[in-house]
Amino acid sequence: MSEINLETARKVAKLSRIAVDEADLPELAQSLSNILTFMEELNEVDVEGVEPMTSVTPMRLKRRVDGVTDGDMQARILSNAPDAREGFFAVPKVVE
Amino acid sequence: MSDLNKLTLAEARDLLRAGDVTSVALTEACLTAIEGAGALNAFVHKTPELALERAKAADALLAAGEAPAMCGLPIGIKDLFCTEGVPSQAASRILQGFKPEYESTVSAKLRDAGAVMLGKLNMDEFAMGSSNESSVYGNAVNPWKVDARDLTPGGSSGGSAAAVAADLCLAATGTDTGGSIRQPAAFTGTVGIKPTYGRCSRWGIVAFASSLDQAGPMTKTVRDAAIMLEAMCGHDAKDSTSADLPVPNFEAMLTGDIRGKTIGIPREYRMEGMPEEIGALWDKGADMLRDAGAKIVEISLPHAKYALPAYYVIAPAEASSNLARYDGVRYGHRATLAAGDGITEMYEKTRAEGFGPEVQRRVMIGTYVLSAGFYDAYYNRARKVRTLIKRDFELAFADGVDAILTPATPSAAFGLGEMADADPVQMYLNDVFTVTVNLAGLPGISVPAGLDSQGLPLGLQLIGRPWEEGELLKTAHVLETAAGFVAKPGKWW
Repeated sequence: MSEINLETARKVAKLSRIAVDEADLPELAQSLSNILTFMEELNEVDVEGVEPMTSVTPMRLKRRVDGVTDGDMQARILSNAPDAREGFFAVPKVVE
Repeated sequence: MSDLNKLTLAEARDLLRAGDVTSVALTEACLTAIEGAGALNAFVHKTPELALERAKAADALLAAGEAPAMCGLPIGIKDLFCTEGVPSQAASRILQGFKPEYESTVSAKLRDAGAVMLGKLNMDEFAMGSSNESSVYGNAVNPWKVDARDLTPGGSSGGSAAAVAADLCLAATGTDTGGSIRQPAAFTGTVGIKPTYGRCSRWGIVAFASSLDQAGPMTKTVRDAAIMLEAMCGHDAKDSTSADLPVPNFEAMLTGDIRGKTIGIPREYRMEGMPEEIGALWDKGADMLRDAGAKIVEISLPHAKYALPAYYVIAPAEASSNLARYDGVRYGHRATLAAGDGITEMYEKTRAEGFGPEVQRRVMIGTYVLSAGFYDAYYNRARKVRTLIKRDFELAFADGVDAILTPATPSAAFGLGEMADADPVQMYLNDVFTVTVNLAGLPGISVPAGLDSQGLPLGLQLIGRPWEEGELLKTAHVLETAAGFVAKPGKWW
């Protein structure tokens, strides 16, 4: 039975870039633990020598010439941005 | 002519072509039905002006004798599909206000086939759910009702299923990652098919788990599913996993003749605790196919019981990667920041506000199973089990099985809110019969086959060989005809 402790829950939230209140961490840890316990049924399966699936339908991906196929649509690309300025996406200061 | 919204796609198509109705009249009938069905909360963004404009254009094409396959037929589009200039937010707060500058390939193909979009349909947030209760728009409600309770239409394509069952549109698009077309179809007495992985382009459909996601039609009849699926399928250079295979005329394959076909009944699907009436319906379905000349054989899919845990590793892992793009920079919601907040706080606050609890849970589970130290134990092991699940099906097909018959769901529709205090894993069990099909990339269809003792619809699922949707639809059509399901929900909304 796998146990996600508070520290692991905090770390997973951080890696996921989702802010979680300290007060909500115990419930989150419990719920993640329950799901992981469910997944551990997979340990019953003998997977010795089995290849992990990479593609569900065997197909060769199509290729095309490495050339420009699209472009010149700056305004359309920025049209949904929460903050766009002077033709760029704007974000809070990244470097001091 | 009254009740035009109650027509099937095939009936409406034939009337349109005979000049007995117009697309404008059909569209207006649907728009009126939608206006009167607020209680179902199925349509969450309505596009009546656009619909009437397209209906007029369709009428002009019909008059000129140049009508494409779905010309003038009013349909609904799941909110997961990006539709140009029309809100497309995957039922999530994080995509609030997002109006795509482009149209998904599948909805563009439907538009080009002449279909008239009436609006966008409710769903579970990012298609993660089996009850349509994780939507930012609130619950969609099943038109079927047996007591004071409001029932779930299923999920994630709950709005699509409710809209088709309530005759708000002639048909709708759905998407299916673990059962999201077939389970809601079963809960609402409608037909839903998930084609082979790669049949429909995924371009422009908000991604949940890319190796499992497929679009498909949700309709009133198997014939309608054949008509609409054909319009949705086909190779697309913008989705490298879409198959470059010819798309057959599916409707022409509905010959009614399944003599000589072998139908497999997987013994592992007869689960402990399965309601007796579901088992009885399943047996009845097998009898109907036998009576139609098919051979019924018992088969074994020994890894079926591991499909759900494998799915709940693989799907969240892919979701955690796909949903990394919602960062408050390029589109959708951005949290209000406090003085001194930097870019990391912007990401963390935006995603905490924008994603609902189930989506947050799955992103975090996915992050965990992909993190250093756990990748092999969870993610790689699940992918190996997936190989074994697919092999089970391949062995059955190699033994001469043409299609596999199973129940569609482990129960009929349940009440909204009834699962609120349950462990998330309890909700995941809804997908127990459908999820193997996504893991193996196969086509699967849910056909309404009867009512339970309360009077709620139950569905049976048929699973076909890869790329053989036409044969699958043919068998489903025979099952539909034999089951003779004609019940409709009484109007209370």
